[in-house]
Amino acid sequence: MKTPLSSMLLVLGASFIGSVAAVLLKAGADRLKQGWSAWAGKLAAGVGLFLISSILYVWGLKDGSLTVLYPMVSLGYVWTLLWSRIFFGEPFNRPKVVGLALVLLGVVCIGAGNQ
Amino acid sequence: MPQSDTVARPAAQVLELNEPTASVFRQDAASKTSLTSIALVLLCTVIGAAAQVLMRMGAVDIDNSSLVGIITNWPLLGGYACLAANTGLLILALRDGQLSVLYPIIALTYVWVTILSPLFFGDLINGFKVAGVALIVLGVSFIGMGSRS
Repeated sequence: MKTPLSSMLLVLGASFIGSVAAVLLKAGADRLKQGWSAWAGKLAAGVGLFLISSILYVWGLKDGSLTVLYPMVSLGYVWTLLWSRIFFGEPFNRPKVVGLALVLLGVVCIGAGNQ
Repeated sequence: MPQSDTVARPAAQVLELNEPTASVFRQDAASKTSLTSIALVLLCTVIGAAAQVLMRMGAVDIDNSSLVGIITNWPLLGGYACLAANTGLLILALRDGQLSVLYPIIALTYVWVTILSPLFFGDLINGFKVAGVALIVLGVSFIGMGSRS
C-alpha cells in the first residue's frame, strides 16, 4: 500500500506536538505545590496539545501503511528524550538510550505486524 | 553515574542564556524517579489500552449514526473518559520523576493493545507482533532499571 505524504506529515506533526505536550505537563507537574498560576497555564496548554496531537494521529493513521507510519509515531519518544535533556537537564545514559532503541524497534515490529 | 552527555551540554547552556523559560522549567533535574511514579505510568498504559479498545468498539458504527447516536455511544464516551483519567494520572506521575524515564514507558500501551485485540476483535497474532511486544517490554525494563541504579 502506498502511504500518502499527507499522512506522513500528519503523523510526524502529531509526534512532535505530543512531545511538546509532555514537556508542558512535566513543567506544570513540577509546580503543583506552588500557586495555581504557576502550573494551570502549562497544564492546560499541555492537555490542549495532547488533544490536538491525538486528533492528528487518528487522521494520519487512517490512510497508508502502518509499517511506514508507526516508526514515525515512535519518533515522539526521541523528541521527548531530547527535550528532557534541554529543558530539564535530565542526563542521557546508556540504559535510556539502549532501552529507547529497543522500544523503537518494538514499535516498528508491531507496525509491521498490524499491516 | 558516568554519563556521555557532552554533545547536548552546549545546547542546554545556550538555551539557558538566551531563553529564561528554560531555566525556569529546570527544577531538581538529577532526582531519581520514584517507584510510585513508575507504578502510576504503568497504570496509565493499562487505562490507555482500555481507551483504545473501547474507542475501537465505539467506532464500529460511527459512520451511520446521528448526533444523539454519537453522544450516547457508551464505548466511545468510556474511551474518552479513560483518556482523561490517563492524562490526570500522567501529571501525577510526572511530579516525582524524570520525563525521559517515564514517557517511554507509555509504549507498553502497544503491548496491552496487541494482547487484547485478539481477545476482543479476533485479530491474529503474528511473529512481528510477538517480537514487537518482547522488544518493548525489554526496552522499558532497561529504562526502568537504569533509573533505579
